[in-house]
Amino acid sequence: MTNVIPTSTRISDTGLRTLAEKVWDKHLVTKGEDGTPDLIYIDLHLLHEVTSPQAFDGLRLANRPLRRPDLTIATEDHNTPTLAIDKPIVDPTSRTQIETLRRNCAEYGVRLHSLGDIEQGIVHVVGPQLGLTQPGITVVCGDSHTSTHGAFGAMALGIGTSEVEHVMATQTLPLNPFKTMAITVNGALREGVTAKDIILAVIARIGTGGGAGYVLEYRGEAIHALSMEGRMTICNMSIEAGARAGMVAPDQVTYDYLKGRAHAPRGADWDAAVAYWQTLATDEGASFDAEVIIDANELEPFVTWGTNPGQGVSLSESVPNPAEIIDANERSAAERALEYMDLTAGTPMKQIRVDTVFLGSCTNSRIEDLRAAAEIIKGKTKAEGLRMMVVPGSARVRIEAEAEGLDQIFLDFGAEWRFAGCSMCLGMNPDQLEPGERCASTSNRNFEGRQGKGGRTHLVSPLVAAATAIRGTLSSPWDLVQDGDQ
Amino acid sequence: MQKFTTFTGIAVPLRRSNVDTDQIIPAVHLKRVTRTGFEDALFAAWRLDPEFVINKKEYQGGRVLIAGADFGIGSSREHAVWALRDYGFDVVLSPRFGDIFRGNSGKQGLLAGQISEADAETLWNLVECEPGVELTVDLVSKTVRVGDLTVNFEIDDYTRWRLLEGLDDIGLTLRDEARISEFETKRESWLPRTLPALSPESSSINLM
Repeated sequence: MTNVIPTSTRISDTGLRTLAEKVWDKHLVTKGEDGTPDLIYIDLHLLHEVTSPQAFDGLRLANRPLRRPDLTIATEDHNTPTLAIDKPIVDPTSRTQIETLRRNCAEYGVRLHSLGDIEQGIVHVVGPQLGLTQPGITVVCGDSHTSTHGAFGAMALGIGTSEVEHVMATQTLPLNPFKTMAITVNGALREGVTAKDIILAVIARIGTGGGAGYVLEYRGEAIHALSMEGRMTICNMSIEAGARAGMVAPDQVTYDYLKGRAHAPRGADWDAAVAYWQTLATDEGASFDAEVIIDANELEPFVTWGTNPGQGVSLSESVPNPAEIIDANERSAAERALEYMDLTAGTPMKQIRVDTVFLGSCTNSRIEDLRAAAEIIKGKTKAEGLRMMVVPGSARVRIEAEAEGLDQIFLDFGAEWRFAGCSMCLGMNPDQLEPGERCASTSNRNFEGRQGKGGRTHLVSPLVAAATAIRGTLSSPWDLVQDGDQ
Repeated sequence: MQKFTTFTGIAVPLRRSNVDTDQIIPAVHLKRVTRTGFEDALFAAWRLDPEFVINKKEYQGGRVLIAGADFGIGSSREHAVWALRDYGFDVVLSPRFGDIFRGNSGKQGLLAGQISEADAETLWNLVECEPGVELTVDLVSKTVRVGDLTVNFEIDDYTRWRLLEGLDDIGLTLRDEARISEFETKRESWLPRTLPALSPESSSINLM
């Protein structure tokens, strides 16, 4: 499924450049010839415990140094428990992986924020909050959701472990140039519709492979009206459309977010940096290889029904009928998905009852996400028998939320208030769904078994997660208003 | 890395599209700190079903996987490639791959060849009619041959060259080490550094 509109013939010699091309050009160490890739310099390398051990091992075996420890930072997130973090990790394999990261970072002089440290948290929450993620830089991490950092106008790529080792050894990556796609979101979002709904609608439109080979640039007034948190949510899920990266041109919102952060430039450096950042926006008249146009005014709260992030509909719609899907592969995928999800075609999405609500993940675990959900549930009662888990994206987010009293709102509501980490987004730690358990999740992947073997995931925004926790069925804040009217 | 030129092995038809890396290897199996030992984790959830194609005796020893479109989407985990390699696969054919997966494949000597949807269907039908049939994958001519049938596949020239030569990426890049050092001398001084660890400039932003 691709509803991507190829733009008219590309004029490549106008000298006009897109944001992605400008960042690319700036980082070119060598230009590839005769089909060889370009060699691109990497400004920031983020590490975590799951995809780094084999890379450190490779380095050690080849007796190579880690070239730039001062451009490298590590945190523990995928495996870490979200309860009793002061106790040894129970699962011996998880513990080994964490201990291996600690040993490797000590040996190679890499800065590490371990469990219990104030800067520990999901790697894609930590980079921005430290001010390390900046416009116009290149960022990589052995994690597909590295695309998150593109919200700052950085070129941020998820990479595999061999590439992690490559960056450790050379601070560069051989990369083929990407195609560019504009995702233009015009208009304004209605109250109750969020960045998450935009990106779920984009993926449903272009499909899980629609962005393959492209760097997406999110543009338009609805995008620039978003906070940095909202932009991160959107860029985060670029990979779910198959794209290598997603970007938003930096603007005043970006600079305001960065100013004063620990690793943001200061004084004269700040002025020099801003001067560079202001040159990054796509030139007026520069062309993209493809464009998708979305009208924000028409968007509603969005939710997935299937087992890939492209299988989604507006919450006011019903479970689609696979028989009506023309493409044979998509039809069989939909049939399989409905069977796995235990859903019947034609069922209104709002009638689907959920067992668990998960508020967290690198998509939606920042302070703004927690505030938005807390605002909805404040003073309300949780649906009977429903479990709600709230997992802040970082130790700092957790502390900030507690300073604002958000933890008490969640606890009074009957939700669990946990420590920071990836948690139930992928269930590498004990936070998993039971077989058959149905979850409204603010995370990014509804793949089979992603949140626990046999678990069933519906991807939603923090607002839909909160409203669902109150009503027990997939719901948005709009439904709460109607309840209140009755 | 071993050189890859031509290769003949049993084909396994995986008639599914959107096979994400969480299906290829579920996250609970990512906790090893070595590059090997992932064979049992390959398609771990699906293999619980005795009817799953990998479990059928006629496909034992399969070396060429023929999958639907968008194979290897999702998580960047290179473990997906290691699991396929550890199980014994040398080639995956699909009408479209996840970008990161395809990149990872090339670095581990797993040939990810792109075929048309129509050719995938043809190959599935052929293999299902004659389970256990061997395909010959020729990286020099970028073709798959079985009996009288020849099907073309696509792979980018650079990855093809590296696979044919069995070259190590890092070694190749380090030949340009002087260019990297030169580039580094020109980087702006205000670009972010992780060391030394700094504190926020103003206390108002202390949290988050």
